[in-house]
Amino acid sequence: MSDASLAPALATGEPADTVWTERDSWFDRIPRAVAMLALAAVAVGLWGAVSWSGIVSPIILPSPGETLRHVVFVGGNLLSGGYMLGSLLVTVQELVLAFALAVIIGFALGVLVGETAFGERAVMPYLVAVDTMPKVAFAPLFIAWLGFGIESKVALATFIATFPIVVGTAAGLHASDENARMLFRTMGASRWQTLVKMKLPSGLPQFFTGLKIASVGVMAGVITGEFLGGGRGFGELIRVASTNLDTGRVFALILYLSLLGLATFGTVAWTQRRLVFWQRTSASREG
Amino acid sequence: MSPVVITDAATVEAPAARAGTPVFSLRGVGKTYPRRNVEALGRVDLTLEAGGFSSVIGASGCGKSTLLKIMAGLVPPSSGSVTLSGRPVTGPRREIGMMFQQATLFPWKTTVENIVLPVEIRDGRAAARASRDKARALLELVGLRGFEEVYPNELSGGMAQRAAICRMLITEPEVLLLDEPFSALDELTRDFMNMELQRICLARGATAFLVTHSIPEAVILSDVVHVMSPRPGRFVDTVAIDLPRPRTLAMTTTPRFGALVERIRGRLDKGAFL
Repeated sequence: MSDASLAPALATGEPADTVWTERDSWFDRIPRAVAMLALAAVAVGLWGAVSWSGIVSPIILPSPGETLRHVVFVGGNLLSGGYMLGSLLVTVQELVLAFALAVIIGFALGVLVGETAFGERAVMPYLVAVDTMPKVAFAPLFIAWLGFGIESKVALATFIATFPIVVGTAAGLHASDENARMLFRTMGASRWQTLVKMKLPSGLPQFFTGLKIASVGVMAGVITGEFLGGGRGFGELIRVASTNLDTGRVFALILYLSLLGLATFGTVAWTQRRLVFWQRTSASREG
Repeated sequence: MSPVVITDAATVEAPAARAGTPVFSLRGVGKTYPRRNVEALGRVDLTLEAGGFSSVIGASGCGKSTLLKIMAGLVPPSSGSVTLSGRPVTGPRREIGMMFQQATLFPWKTTVENIVLPVEIRDGRAAARASRDKARALLELVGLRGFEEVYPNELSGGMAQRAAICRMLITEPEVLLLDEPFSALDELTRDFMNMELQRICLARGATAFLVTHSIPEAVILSDVVHVMSPRPGRFVDTVAIDLPRPRTLAMTTTPRFGALVERIRGRLDKGAFL
């Protein structure tokens, strides 16, 4: 009986109401770019409505138009090689130096902690203790020790960014599975060979997770250092604009800083995709 | 870096030399873990003859893995002696090739690079490069021709284990220690891989020692099956398998096969599953 009732439907090319198919919800069918832009448009619309209504003072929340004017001005200054470009280059220099130092120190400490019993038992407790401290609180010390130049900013940013790299490296070294270690032992591999040819490559995904967290932290460290220690960096521009109650300028400067942060994070993510080519499961931050 | 003799692709199939002479011998080998006060292995005597295929069968936790680790030189025994080709085993040895339940291929290396890894570890990069032709010949032997430059992510479970066989064979080991090598595969693939393993062992005259918890697998592959009982691990029976070679899957339905399986199961039931 059911056969007979189904037969015409199948013969006539399966009308939609008789065939059960899986369909995405209306939201799933919107392209990602469209969804993102729509959300941004709604947010800017709300922002504009709030500042136009006059509930909030422009000193606290400048209008979208005012902010855009500053974005264009700062962008023009950067592109024409103005004083802001000089500041940006100072910040970029601090960022690159601090990140490089954090990678070197973090990797070395990570191998010490992850590979040796001494590191795991004697060094790790101190690292955990220092890591739980609010590291920004060390900024005055770094300024007192290293002065108002880029050194104190590099030191603070390095200090903040080192820990996630230590943890990522150590976690990566512990990630290799029991079988792989046994296999290397049966092949008569030395400890060095096991580390270089098996443990480090196996641990690259965790190492890069640490690098990604560090790439965000290094930016926070550099800007905090510039807020507290002056100098000629981008953080100083923000501080000055903020003191002048030029909130639109602050917004614009933060926007360009976020682009710098995005570039740093993107560089790490790109390097990971190239180096850890066998791990193409997801493009997420956790990757 | 010691020089390596590079075998021509055509001569990968080693001669079945010295059949019947003892290669591996264990005398009164025991293992206790004093910290946990566990006697993992009682007193085990075992002799592997050249070109022979032996198995040890027992339930989980009966000490099979401990026995295998002692033989591979990964763990020292608490008592007794282990001798491989006339010399006592005091650590991992070149004459031993090992295979595990997981293929454990490294995803950042191609199939060929994975296979020559033992050569790279022991003799360096140059030797590893030189043994690539041999690796290709081995891939052909296990039916993986054309997958030389493929990364392991693209291999199926059975294909990965074939590659692991090649990696085990690349150093031309005298003894193959097999730790449940196909138990992670589905049963159809597993039967097929067992027949492949027999073919490869016969072709190379390899001495093999298999640890398994599958009675039919032990019977179809082995010349001798040792039945192991736990707490402490010891051999409670040694069964000679007199089925003719080469074995076929069709033999699993013969009365003789059934009788052998019955006998082993009977021995296992006594105490193995308490």
